[in-house]
Amino acid sequence: MGVFESLTFLGPELLLAVGGMALLMFGVWRGDSVSRQISIAAVILLSLALIAAAFSPAGQGVGLFADSLRIDAFSTFAKIIIFAAAAFAILMSDRYLAGEKLGRFEYPVLVLFSAFGMSLMASASDLITLYMGLEAQSLALYILATFNRDSRRSTEAGLKYFVLGALSSCLLLYGASLIYGFSGSTQFDAIAAAAAGAADRTGLVIGLVFVIAGLAFKVSAAPFHMWTPDVYEGAPTPVTAFFAAAPKLAAMAMFARTLIEPFHQMTDDWRPVIAIIAVASMLVGSFSAIQQTNIKRLMAYSSIGHMGYALIGLAAGTRAGVSAVLIYMAVYIVMTIGAFACILLMRRRGGLTESIADLAGLSRTNAPLALILTALFFSLAGIPPLAGFFGKWFVFLAAVEAGLGWLAVAGAVISVVAAFYYIRVVWIMWFDEPAPVFERDIGGVLGVTAALSALLMFPVVPALIGRLQQAASVAAAALF
Amino acid sequence: MEIGLGAYLTVAAILFAIGMAGIFVNRKNVIVILMSIELMLLAVNINLVAFSQFLGDLVGQVFAFMVLTVAAAEAAIGLAILVAYFRNRGDIAVEDANLMKN
Repeated sequence: MGVFESLTFLGPELLLAVGGMALLMFGVWRGDSVSRQISIAAVILLSLALIAAAFSPAGQGVGLFADSLRIDAFSTFAKIIIFAAAAFAILMSDRYLAGEKLGRFEYPVLVLFSAFGMSLMASASDLITLYMGLEAQSLALYILATFNRDSRRSTEAGLKYFVLGALSSCLLLYGASLIYGFSGSTQFDAIAAAAAGAADRTGLVIGLVFVIAGLAFKVSAAPFHMWTPDVYEGAPTPVTAFFAAAPKLAAMAMFARTLIEPFHQMTDDWRPVIAIIAVASMLVGSFSAIQQTNIKRLMAYSSIGHMGYALIGLAAGTRAGVSAVLIYMAVYIVMTIGAFACILLMRRRGGLTESIADLAGLSRTNAPLALILTALFFSLAGIPPLAGFFGKWFVFLAAVEAGLGWLAVAGAVISVVAAFYYIRVVWIMWFDEPAPVFERDIGGVLGVTAALSALLMFPVVPALIGRLQQAASVAAAALF
Repeated sequence: MEIGLGAYLTVAAILFAIGMAGIFVNRKNVIVILMSIELMLLAVNINLVAFSQFLGDLVGQVFAFMVLTVAAAEAAIGLAILVAYFRNRGDIAVEDANLMKN
């Protein structure tokens, strides 16, 4: 396929890249006074990109630019969720940024650029595009973490994120160079062919281990999770909400494609590594979260644990496993966006509060918010019949089918520990003596987002989880 | 005397290990961390170019140019973050970056 023909399939990416640069120039020209209009334009651009991705002309899947990018059902599934999560990140930031005097036009532009990188990550089927997509996303995220540049905590979070993010990119890159050297190509299909024909795979396995370490950093899976709590706590809250949602899915999609497409023949080599990372993440996520007092830190450990559950599906390495990962991540992102919308509503005169103790007695002072948070936290804990339970159910089912029964049992046991700290927060909200009242803002964007995501946790539309499962299954089939 | 692929890979591996050690051992200065990151990226470049030459395949050298470009962007952003950090703290010692603890 020629270059110009290839470009016709890149609608969403072109929209984000060109639109983002145009908005950047407009912002430089008019200054911070137009930051609100730029936010609105960015949300419109993301919605257009979402539509372009959903109605992509690619059909069964096409390889672009000598098959270095692949547009298929898998990348489309990931992109739709990424663009929606990015749009919500901009919508949810509006009030906060104005309140903290951070209303600079760069914020929506950076979100657009990182969404562009994430969309490349979901499509990358070549080690070079994989690395470029990853960096396009990461470089924008480093700046977003530091966005409150007058705050000591935000700059420290940005610095930590930058150093550990760059280190993980180096690990991934070193692994990529070894894979290139020992397979003779950077293209995923060619690597798969080389891996299938190789007599000695030692070099490839070493390279793959480096790549897995780098990718585990990006999805914040233990033992590469140490940046997560600090960055989540230090970064401005809307940025944390963004970090917890879209980049996680993009990294997980890239993780799945990188393990399945080129290294499907070597599943037995990487499966134990992924299984160990999954168990370690679940353990760290549940046990470290118990003693947290800051709700953003709690969400950080919660996300580490959830990545562990998603990795169980990946460890299975089957079509059902990848499909379960996608379902899990979709449900997780809806839950996280809702939970962070609630956290952004924890506002008193003088700014946001972040302590779990501030939620005490919320059921008496602000019953709607308490109900929403309760539903979301029960779903995060995986209590049936909420959506979080179905996510875990599909993941465990895929693990058992792949002969990893012990992993499913470990996941189920650890989820009981995890349920403890979610329920502790719910207990504080319903049965402790009330803390001072939050400002009431349930009708705004944040309230609607929170309520909507809480509603989605219930099987209100029983067909919904079936539709999601069907879409994830089609998406997963594209990798095999 | 012919210098084989193994020699290049060994040099790259040693440079990569030095870079990694520079990040974890160093407790003094964030600038040293930025230099260590550059060192690791350049170690990868040696790997890529050596493999490219050995395989007779140009893709590795194209990859190396991409890495160079990204390394420049990364250094720019890293230094910008460092300046913002320095303005708030007045120093750039690694061991003092501990505002957030469990």
